[in-house]
Amino acid sequence: MSVHVHITHTMGDFTLDAGFEVTAGVTAIFGRSGAGKTTLINAVAGLLRPDAGHVRIDGDTLFDASKRMFVPAHKRRMGYVFQDARLFPHLSVRQNMNYGARHAARGTQAGQYDPSFTEVVDLLGLPDLLTRAPHDLSGGEKQRVALGRALLSRPRMLLMDEPLAALDATRKDSILPYLEQLKSGAAGLPILYVSHALDEVARLADHLVVLSQGKVAASGPLFDVLSDPSLVPLLGVRQAGAVIYATVAAHNANGISTLNVDAGTLELPGVQAPIGARVRLRVLAQDVILSRTRPEGLSSRNILPVTVRSIRTGAGPGAAIALDAGSDRLLARIPADAVEKLELSDGVACYAVINATSVAPQSIGR
Amino acid sequence: MLGLDPASWDALRLSLLVASTATICAIPVALWVAWLLARGRFRGKAVLSALVHLPLVLPPVVTGYLLLMAFGRNGPMGQFLETVFGVSITFKWTGAVLAAIIMGFPLMVRAMRLAIEAVDPKLEAAAATLGASPRSVFTSVTLPLISPGILAGSVMGFAKAIGEFGATITFVANIPGQTQTLPSAIYAFLQVPGGEPRAIALVLWACVIAIGAVLVSEWLAHRVARRIRGAAA
Repeated sequence: MSVHVHITHTMGDFTLDAGFEVTAGVTAIFGRSGAGKTTLINAVAGLLRPDAGHVRIDGDTLFDASKRMFVPAHKRRMGYVFQDARLFPHLSVRQNMNYGARHAARGTQAGQYDPSFTEVVDLLGLPDLLTRAPHDLSGGEKQRVALGRALLSRPRMLLMDEPLAALDATRKDSILPYLEQLKSGAAGLPILYVSHALDEVARLADHLVVLSQGKVAASGPLFDVLSDPSLVPLLGVRQAGAVIYATVAAHNANGISTLNVDAGTLELPGVQAPIGARVRLRVLAQDVILSRTRPEGLSSRNILPVTVRSIRTGAGPGAAIALDAGSDRLLARIPADAVEKLELSDGVACYAVINATSVAPQSIGR
Repeated sequence: MLGLDPASWDALRLSLLVASTATICAIPVALWVAWLLARGRFRGKAVLSALVHLPLVLPPVVTGYLLLMAFGRNGPMGQFLETVFGVSITFKWTGAVLAAIIMGFPLMVRAMRLAIEAVDPKLEAAAATLGASPRSVFTSVTLPLISPGILAGSVMGFAKAIGEFGATITFVANIPGQTQTLPSAIYAFLQVPGGEPRAIALVLWACVIAIGAVLVSEWLAHRVARRIRGAAA
């Protein structure tokens, strides 16, 4: 499975000129509002015909401006989950879910992913909602139904445009586990996930494309992009932070869990995952403190030996430091003058102190 | 009191026949024009809109006279129908149907156009991404959502057709048993001494039909709204 996209499209005085390549897994398109995310995903869906460029999926051309080729949306088999659910108000939940199977044009190429109705209903926890009308559902329930409807349309690819943006934090947390399950379950179904929330991206994505003012600012594996110190200004100094993998080793009596990472162990509160589970931790750059010597007498026991990989000092008061922590990467944001004071340079060994309580349970994903 | 003599009964039956035929014939055309006005992008849209609404602002007698000029024996449309199909609609009940269609058309188009404009195109885009062809999107999403508007427009058109007087009497005259509709009959009865009781009987029938039509349409609209609850939300 491979998807190649490159499009150019002008609307008013805004020009989108962006492209990316996707293999399997979840590819997140991240950017501030107005960066061109929705334009890009709509071009993939066929809801928008770009001025120039191409969209190919598995060698199948869906759009090629130079060949005047444009496959309309209904023949593309892209499961699309919109921010505003867009359930059909005159149909029940069950009828909404079955819409794709009932109305899909014949002869269009369906995807490999073809789950049964019960499978999807169970996956998304929908059995009690099937006879309800869309207006009787909460925002989170609507979004789950919309996701189920897209999955049952036998898509070749799943497109999600800020599916959680309209929900409050509690509803968001109730849906993210479903998305994580889908990611591990729907083998081979590539997912394009548009978001302006880095916490969602950090939990779900395998690849990350950062859009800024209509251009691709960075693109690559999630762990690389999130630990790139040059992207800190773009991602936001308070939001920037690397993602590392950890294995749950023990749940202690005091509510603190022990997790093994490649460079050592971490003790964190509020970890829900069972012992032995592999989880993702998003460690915000502003919650990492650096020390040249192994610190003693700290309240935090989360101290990892690290090596400086690269340093970026910008115009602001802070410096972003990329660190190698065993096979993982961390990102730290420290005052710019501390770089000189600690005599930090590439390859220098030091210790990273991670504020345990700052790793929010929402930042821990599978 | 509601017992009718044969002439009144004919007028009532003719009115129901003319109004039903006119409404059924006009629905598809009105829906198509409403669609063009709501969604179409073409030159002359304003002209089409003005043309459709013309019967609403013209005096009905003027509309009737224009119809007579166009469809009369010497009119261009009249000659066309006569030579090609060998039919003439002046002074026939079919002429009354044409007058009813023309007069009710603006009301039907207006209601349907508003309903089409109220449909969120995002729902149609969602249906397309689920694999539905444009035709399928129309029948499975758009049509159910605008059905209350189609219903409302049809009731308006039917009511207008039942009550249409000026254009009808000018175009097809007032021939008992042939073109004498309910309003024409009431008018005719009021012109002769002692005709008042017959007129009153027909007036009562007109009221019964009007109230019945409104009740039936309310009931249907309620059922449709229940089926598509939340369409406005």
